[in-house]
Amino acid sequence: MIRIEDVTKLYPGGHDALRGLTLRVDTGEMVFVTGHSGAGKSTLLKLIALIERPTSGRVIVDGVNTRNITRRRIPAYRRQIGMVFQDHKLLYDRPVFDNVALPLVIAGIGHREAARKVRAALDQVSLLNKEKQFPETLSSGEQQRVGIARAIVSRPKLLIADEPTGNLDPDLSLEVMRIFRRFNEVGVTLLIASHDIALIDQLGCGRIALEKGALQIEQEEDVVSEYMERLEAEQEGGL
Amino acid sequence: MTDVRSSEALQPPQRTGRLSGWFVRHTSTAIAALGRIWRQPFASLMTILVIAVTLALPAAMHVVVKNARSISASWDNALDFSVYLKTNTSLEQTTRLADIISQRADIESVRLVSAEVALTEFREQSGFGEALDQLQVNPLPHTLVVRPAASNTEVSMGLLNEELGNLPEADFVQVDTEWVRRFHAILAILERAILMGATLLGIAILVIIGNTIRLEIQNRREEIEVTKLIGASNAFVRRPFLYSGFWYGLTGGLLALLLVYYGLYALADPASRLAGLYDSAFDFLALDIGESFLIIGCGVGLGLIGSWIAATRHMRRIEPR
Repeated sequence: MIRIEDVTKLYPGGHDALRGLTLRVDTGEMVFVTGHSGAGKSTLLKLIALIERPTSGRVIVDGVNTRNITRRRIPAYRRQIGMVFQDHKLLYDRPVFDNVALPLVIAGIGHREAARKVRAALDQVSLLNKEKQFPETLSSGEQQRVGIARAIVSRPKLLIADEPTGNLDPDLSLEVMRIFRRFNEVGVTLLIASHDIALIDQLGCGRIALEKGALQIEQEEDVVSEYMERLEAEQEGGL
Repeated sequence: MTDVRSSEALQPPQRTGRLSGWFVRHTSTAIAALGRIWRQPFASLMTILVIAVTLALPAAMHVVVKNARSISASWDNALDFSVYLKTNTSLEQTTRLADIISQRADIESVRLVSAEVALTEFREQSGFGEALDQLQVNPLPHTLVVRPAASNTEVSMGLLNEELGNLPEADFVQVDTEWVRRFHAILAILERAILMGATLLGIAILVIIGNTIRLEIQNRREEIEVTKLIGASNAFVRRPFLYSGFWYGLTGGLLALLLVYYGLYALADPASRLAGLYDSAFDFLALDIGESFLIIGCGVGLGLIGSWIAATRHMRRIEPR
């Protein structure tokens, strides 16, 4: 689903956020990206969402090299990816229903079909009874669930989340992670940036540890050996 | 239950459904834009008022010039020479002279105004009745009002003027052509000035609407960023602002029309009184339907163009970070 090949991202001013990063997330996987702040987690997600472009290297999402996606085609590309943010990025001037419906409105989906999809999405995050409320009247955990409902309402194959539990207490965090887990079980690929290692270990998912814009050393060996194994397996399968 | 419904969703969307969806989307965007204008009544009213006044100004000027043109058009046909005869000319001589002149091919008609008739008219219209009664003799001469044929050119009119003046009975000849021609020239200048002024005012409206939309974009910056982040195209983000511009233009145009009509209503009475004083059958011309629609159309057009320029310019700078 996602292939990052030797990607370097340099920000103006000489700060390099990613340095020759190579990694791969397969379809149907749920993978966490961990690391200290400044390790390049957010940059990685921004490259996938085409908020940023790599300085060098290739970012391939669902078989498409993002370099070939022109400015004009970015909106259509983003509509295929669900995005969850640490600060929710909800619109506070409209109720929950309208917030969740926004991706469908953007995609031009008819009112009745949209309403059905919005309710389905709200049901999945257990907020069906709050559709008429305004985000400000909800707790932080509920707001984050609204953000998640918005991310999945158009049923994307890939969902990326940047510190989705960053502002939540452990119980709420676990609840959010369970929701993600359920999406994963129905085939959604997830890439989640988080520094909450205890929580991730609890879930037992794949983990990519970043350090100063590259894979952590011990991790790199794991990834490489795993990658080699996978290649061998594929070759055997091919023969 | 949900399974049944989702299988419906898998069917290809019908064309009518898509069209009506498009219609519903635009309608709701338009209504939402109107709602935003409504929720800020004071600021919105200011913008609308400025647009209205800016549109009404050239429209009102246009009406004035249009009426002046229609009045002067009636003068064109009435470029009469008034030939005042010497006071010692008898009525009999005058009648004969009128006959002779009216025979000419370049003359359409000759009307004789005798000294007595002239005095009576003057007494009635001037209000000097009693003072005139004190006069022993009628000081007014007989007059021939000579209307040239329409076929006359400027040159032949000049010659005719000279010829009439050279008649032995003529005291002097009065023509109003010069004045009418100058008036026409002034009107032509005024018309062009209005056109130029209207163009400048149109640019002013673009700036006003552009600025209003720019403020609106700034206020909704976060919303634009979020919608772009989840896949909104520039066209989608621009649409509500275009509708804002549309509403500003439309309401501004309608208010401008109202202002002009009110102004005309207030002027109609004194204008017809003035026309009465000149004894002319003058119809006060208001804006016709085409012109009314043109004003509204200008408002809407400028609203759309202004908001499009502003939205396109400022939206490009708002990209998610």
